[in-house]
Formats: sequence, C-alpha cells, structure tokens
Amino acid sequence: MNQMQNFTKGFFKENPILVLVLGTCPTLATTSSSLNGLGMGIATTFVLVGSNVVISLLSKFIPDKVRIPAFITVIASFVTIVDLIMQAYVPDLYKTLGIFIPLIVVNCIVLGRAEAYASKNNVLSSLIDGLGMGLGFTMALGVLGALREIAGSGSIFGHKFINGDGILVFILAPGAFIALGYLIALVKKINKTS
Amino acid sequence: MEYLIIIISALIVNNIVHAQFLGICPFLGVSNKVSTALGMAGAVTFVMVLATVVTYLTQIYVLEPLGIGFLQTISFILIIAALVQMVEIVLKKISQPLYQALGIFLPLITTNCAVLGVAILVIKKNYNLLESVVFTASNAIGFGFALIIMAGIREQLELADIPSTMKGVPISLITAGILALAFMGFTGIV
Repeated sequence: MNQMQNFTKGFFKENPILVLVLGTCPTLATTSSSLNGLGMGIATTFVLVGSNVVISLLSKFIPDKVRIPAFITVIASFVTIVDLIMQAYVPDLYKTLGIFIPLIVVNCIVLGRAEAYASKNNVLSSLIDGLGMGLGFTMALGVLGALREIAGSGSIFGHKFINGDGILVFILAPGAFIALGYLIALVKKINKTS
Repeated sequence: MEYLIIIISALIVNNIVHAQFLGICPFLGVSNKVSTALGMAGAVTFVMVLATVVTYLTQIYVLEPLGIGFLQTISFILIIAALVQMVEIVLKKISQPLYQALGIFLPLITTNCAVLGVAILVIKKNYNLLESVVFTASNAIGFGFALIIMAGIREQLELADIPSTMKGVPISLITAGILALAFMGFTGIV
C-alpha cells in the first residue's frame, strides 16, 4: 500500500466512525454543533498523530507483555497536553467539550491504531496513518455536527439561515443517536454500490 | 433527601447512556442477549464503584496535596487498568462461578469510558466520599438498566424484517435514539 492510500483509507474505506463504528461516545456527545464536532476531531487528531509517532519509535523497546499499559501511558500524556493547551487558548470550547477531552484516553480509535498499526510500522507510515485516521474522524464529526446543527437550529457554524426554530430534538440527545444511525446506513449503502 | 435526588437523577433523568453518552461502545457491543447484558452490568457496577473510591482517595490524598492535579488523567486511567487486572486475578482465586459470569467482560471494562467518566465527574461535582459512592452506584445501575432494556428490544429485533442497509449498528442506534426520547420524558422531575 502506498502512502497516499495509507492516508486516504481513514476517510472512506476504514473511516473510524462511519465504517468501523469506534469512538461513538465523543461522536454522539460533542456533535450538537459543527464547531464543537470539529474541535473534538482536531483534539483527537493531535493525540492520534502524537501517540502513533511515539509508539512506533518506542515499539522496539517496550516488552510485549506490558505494551497495553505502556501505550495507555503515552496516550494519556498526549491527552494531558491537549487538555492543558485547550484550557489555556480555547476556554469556551474547553468548557463545552468538558469531560470528553480527558476521555480521549479511552477512545478506542487511539488505542486501536497504536495496537494495530503504530506498533508494527515505521515512523513515517504511522504518522500518515494517524493523520489520515484523525482527519477521517474529524470529517465524520464535522458532517454529523453540521447535519444536526442544520436540522436542529437552522444554522451552520453559528450562522443562522432559517428564521425561527429548527427541529429541536436533533440538538438534544435522541437526535444524536438517530442522525448517526441514518448516516452509518447511508455510508453502508454507498460502500455497497461502489 | 439529597441522596435520593442524586439517585433519581443519575438513574433515569440524566441516564449515563441516554443523556450523557458514556459507555456507548459496550452498550452497542454487548446488548445482543439479556443474559450477557446482565453479566456486563454486574461487572461494570462492581468495577465502577471500586474504581471511583480508589481514584477519589487518590485525588484527595495524593494529587491535591502535592499540587499535581494535571496528572489526573494519567493516574486515573492507570489505576483503573491496574484495578481491573487485580479484580480479575482475585475473582479467579476466590470465586470461580463469579469469575465465569463476569470474567470475559473484565478486560473490556478498562476502555469503557463510563468508568473513567464517572471517576472524573465525581471530582468535578465536588462530592464527598459517601455522595460519590451513591452517585457512582446509581450511574452504574442506570447503565445496567439501559443495557438490559436495549438487549430485550434487540432480541425481538432479530425476528423483524429490516432493510439490509439498516441491519446491525444503524437500527441499534435508531432504537437507542427512540429510547433516549423516552428517557427525556423524565426531564424536570428533579
């Protein structure tokens, strides 16, 4: 597989949310608007790229038996960095995303890529893999956030284009489940026909 | 009275799965059958309460006095991972039937965001130790509650004729959405 395919697989063929259905908790919780979804996606991408690079560098030194705790420690360090940076520079977004920033640690995508890819491949491939997967995740969050924001409050990125209220349920909890359900079904249909 | 409010709020009004979006992966993954759902619910309740007590004490007596609160995420996740391993070993030694019932779910719990989520929420909400335990136990039971309802519905869904693209995850998510609508009906009672 060349590096280009390696990069693009995270978008469609192996999209972590829409195809593999990993990391559903932050997906549902942070996509009440497109901006929140993108913010969460970028934070996760940073952690994913950082942990993939460090783990692929260290994989020769980490004994096989303790690899999972070691991976988690590396991931948790990057999450702490993101947590502190966001608290300092984007306090509003930090407050909205709240508990889901520290919870990037237990996002199955990050540990999944560390275990399945970064520990077996070289630094450059791991970096590209992390970037592709992270951006695929960000894209899915952005799309879901935009769909929910358009349907729920008639606006996109905070710019209102419909007068009056939207279908309120879409920015509340039930709408998250229903919108993601239909989005996954749609991607399944597209992947099947293509 | 305060405790009653915490219990009702965590159990149904702010249900951990349907309103707070924690623990969705196991919620979708192990809700095929009522019997496995019961096993998972039991294991989560056990680990969650234990983990919260330990992480709470760590926060109060280690992280805060030393002024290293920024290590919260790292220390909590390592504590939970170690605790899960320990529970597995202890259960294997002292109670074979219990180990067989809960054993296979234990490794999955480390990456269950509900456990770490509740441990952090307790600190954020400034609860004391007893309130934390009550809050955690009701959240864990709320998780089990959602899981078992979902498993019951999915056992019936197996028999239904669903369009092929909607099979599996999509229909489960939409079912969960409708359930979340039902849980929303409790909004405002506390």
